[in-house]
Amino acid sequence: MRQNELFFWLTVSFSLLILAFILLPLIEMMTAPSAPMLAEAIRDKDVMRSIWLSIYSAAIAALISFILGTPLAYVLARQDFKGKRLVEGIIDLPIVIPHPVIGIAILGVVGKNHWIGNILADLGARVMGSVTGIITVLTFVGLPLYVHAAKNGFEGISPRLERVSRSLGASMFSTFFRITFPLAWRSMLVGIVMCSARAISEFGAVVVIAYHPMIAPVLIYERFEGYGLKYSQPVAFWLVLVCLVLFFILRLLTLSNKKKT
Amino acid sequence: MIQIENLDTHLNGFNLHGINLTIEEGEFFILMGPTGAGKTVLLEVLAGLVPIKNGRILVSGQDVTGLPPEKRGIGIVYQDYVLFPHMTVLENIKYGLHFHKICKETAEKRLEKIIAELDLTNLKNRFPVNLSGGEQQRVALARALMVNPSVLLLDEPLSALDPNFREEIRHDLKKLHRSSNTTLLMVTHDFAEALSLADRGAVINHGRIEQIGNMEDIFQRPGTRFIADFVGMKNIFEARFKGSKAVIGKDLEVDLGQRPSWDQGHIAIRPDDIAITREKVAANNRNSFGGVVTSMIDQGFYYEAHIQVGELTFKSLIPKKSLVQLSILRGTKVFLSFETIAVHTIS
Repeated sequence: MRQNELFFWLTVSFSLLILAFILLPLIEMMTAPSAPMLAEAIRDKDVMRSIWLSIYSAAIAALISFILGTPLAYVLARQDFKGKRLVEGIIDLPIVIPHPVIGIAILGVVGKNHWIGNILADLGARVMGSVTGIITVLTFVGLPLYVHAAKNGFEGISPRLERVSRSLGASMFSTFFRITFPLAWRSMLVGIVMCSARAISEFGAVVVIAYHPMIAPVLIYERFEGYGLKYSQPVAFWLVLVCLVLFFILRLLTLSNKKKT
Repeated sequence: MIQIENLDTHLNGFNLHGINLTIEEGEFFILMGPTGAGKTVLLEVLAGLVPIKNGRILVSGQDVTGLPPEKRGIGIVYQDYVLFPHMTVLENIKYGLHFHKICKETAEKRLEKIIAELDLTNLKNRFPVNLSGGEQQRVALARALMVNPSVLLLDEPLSALDPNFREEIRHDLKKLHRSSNTTLLMVTHDFAEALSLADRGAVINHGRIEQIGNMEDIFQRPGTRFIADFVGMKNIFEARFKGSKAVIGKDLEVDLGQRPSWDQGHIAIRPDDIAITREKVAANNRNSFGGVVTSMIDQGFYYEAHIQVGELTFKSLIPKKSLVQLSILRGTKVFLSFETIAVHTIS
C-alpha cells in the first residue's frame, strides 16, 4: 500500500477512530476518580468483598470449565461424528443469548417449580442469591470460550503424535498427559484466562440469580443507581485494573505461543 | 509373522477391501501403490490406530484384532517423522521405555547400540526443530526400535528426504533389518526403491491387493495392466492372441515366441527394451516395425522417443548420446525392435 493513496489514509484514520472509541471512555473513567476517593474505595469493605467475590467466583467457574470442558474440547478436535455441528452450536448458545435471559433460564431450572431445583433444595444447596448461583451463571457464560480455545489447541497437534505414542506402548491416558497436554497447555491456559475474563465482566445474568452477595459489576451498578457516576467510578477503576491484568496475561501467553511456532 | 485375513475397513475416503496378506517372520516386505491406494490406512489398521469393519489380524499366531495399539507390539514410523517436539532427541528415543518393563541394563545396552548404529551420538540433546530431515528420520527409527517391536511399519520413510539422505537411510534400513529380528513392512510408491530394498512385496490399488510376490516377479511378470503400468511398462496394448502371435491395433502382428494360455488381454513392453535403428533389424527372435518419431521428451540422461506405427504409439528410452549418433529428430523415419522375450502378456 502506498502512503500517498487515499485508500491508505482511509484505513489509517478509521483505525485511529476505532482506537479512540475504545480508549477514550476507559481513560476518562480511569483518570476521573481522585486519589483520596480511590483510597477510600479500597478501604471500603463492601468494595473489596465484591471484587474478591468476582475474582474467585470467576476463577472457580474457569476451573470447572477446565475440568468439564477439556474432554469435550478434545472430542470436538479429534472426532468427526454425526451431529458435531449441532453440538458446537449448542456450546455457542451462551454467547449469543442475551444475558438476563440466561439468568432467567437458569432460574427456571434451579427454582422451586422444577424437579432439579427441588432436588437441590432437598440437598440443602441454595442457588438463588448465593455464591453457588453466581458460579453456576459464570460457568454457563464462560464455558464456551474455554472450549473454543482448548479445541483450537488440540486441533493444532497432529493426531499422528498421539498415534506414535500409542504404538510405543502408551495408553490413551498416558498419551494425553505426556504428549497432548504438554503441547496444548498454552491454549488451555489462554482459554482459562478468556473464560475468567468473561466471567468477571458478567452482570445481566448474575443480577437475576443473585443480587446479593454482590459481585463487583452489581455493586458498581448499585452505586451508580443510588449515588451517581462519581461514586461508581472508583469501584469501576479497581475492577478494570483486575480485568487489565487478566488481559495482559492473555496477550503475553498468545505472544510467546506465536514465537514458539 | 503377520497374517491379515479378509480385512475390510469403512472410513471416509480410503477403504480397504478383502485384504489377505501373509508376511513371514523377520521379512522385509514392501507395500507399493499409487498415492491414495490405501497403503497408509493398511499400516494404521495393522497398528490398531484405525478401526476395521471385518477381518482378522494375527501377529505371531496371536489374534490382535481386538487389542489396543499399545498392546500390539507393532511400531510405526511415519513419512513426516512426527517426533515429539517438546522432547529432546534422547527423550524421544527413550519415550517408549516408560511403558515397557525392561531391566535398566538391557535398556542402556540397547540405547547405546541403536544410537551408535544410527549415528545419533551428537544429536542427543537437540530438539527436533533443529534437525534435518534425515536426522529426524533416524531419530524416529531409533525411537521405534527402542521398544523392540516384533513388527515395524514404515510409511514412506524416504519420500520426504533429499536424494543423498535417501541413500543414507536406505542403507540404515538394510543394516537394521540384518541386525535385528524385526519384521519390516514398508510402504512406498517408488518401485526402484522397493526393488533395491526388499525380497517380497505387494501392490495395492484402490484398497485392493493386485499382486503379491517376489519383487523380481512383480517387476518382470506384472499380473495386471495396472501393475504393468506401475512398474514402468509404458507400452501397453490391448491384444488378441493367435497361436504364438499377438495382434495389436488394427493388424500389427507381434511375435511372442511362445503361446499364451489365453485368447485376449494385453501385451506390455518396457520402454528400455525397445531399440531404435535406422535400418530394419532382421532376426529370428526379434520384432521389428517401421515408424515415425512424433515427439522426444527430455528425461535428463535419456530421451523418451514416441514412435508412431500405424495408429499405435510406442515409447522407447534412448540415451542422449545414441540419439545424436543416429541423428534422430522429430519426423525421422526409424525402425523399432524388441526381443520376443521382452513382450509380457497379461490376461
